[in-house]
Amino acid sequence: MTSQDREHLTIPPDGKPEAEQPRWRRDFPIDWPQDNYVARRDFTKFMVLTSLAFVAGQFWIVLQNFFRKRKGSPPLYEIARVEEIPVGGSRVFNYPQEHTPCVLIRLDADRFVAYSQQCTHLTCPVIPQPEAGRLYCPCHEGVFDLTTGRPIAGPPRRTLPRVKLEIRRGMICALGWEEETI
Amino acid sequence: MIGRSHFARSQRMMIVMGILCFVMIMVVLQLWLFTATMHAYLSGDETILWPAALVSVGCLALNAGLLWYLYALER
Repeated sequence: MTSQDREHLTIPPDGKPEAEQPRWRRDFPIDWPQDNYVARRDFTKFMVLTSLAFVAGQFWIVLQNFFRKRKGSPPLYEIARVEEIPVGGSRVFNYPQEHTPCVLIRLDADRFVAYSQQCTHLTCPVIPQPEAGRLYCPCHEGVFDLTTGRPIAGPPRRTLPRVKLEIRRGMICALGWEEETI
Repeated sequence: MIGRSHFARSQRMMIVMGILCFVMIMVVLQLWLFTATMHAYLSGDETILWPAALVSVGCLALNAGLLWYLYALER
């Protein structure tokens, strides 16, 4: 028997000689090493297809980013007059769409901040707590810093999107989103 | 037919296992890259989107090359 022939011998899974194998296996021998080889090769092929799917996903993100940039900045929106919001007070408003809640908070006499009111974890509404210097999400105990919108406790990992604000003739106006927080 | 390869059957098995392990590591790396890129995109950071996509393409090219080699072994 040559070494080439030996390569094609069927090796049963229990490794016992052919005479000790059950009748059905002798009648229907399976080339187990070959079967194992083909299974691993096909699994490798499947993993390469998974790799292709990840590449498609990466380009999908690039495409989404392209469309996001093309949309441009949202329109100007007048939220409230300066004197309507006391220091430490807040007001919920919808911006830029009708069902996109945001929250405006007055930090002190001159400083205002506004964030999306949707928690970056699972979009529950966050509650401003200016006395504690934080925004609180009651769903999963998420906490964001009041002045920056950065997550400081709980499951959220992303910063709250921050609304650009400007005061025009005593009116607090929303002018779009801060680039780094969208 | 596999028998025409100049590698022994046990050697081919070792090669396929090695390639499979490498491809799996690459796919896990791509998964990490994808989640990191998504995280950056949702945070408004667009500087890493293209480099991450190109690195992912590189991983795919490497994986596809190894798969091609595996099939070439059988010819």
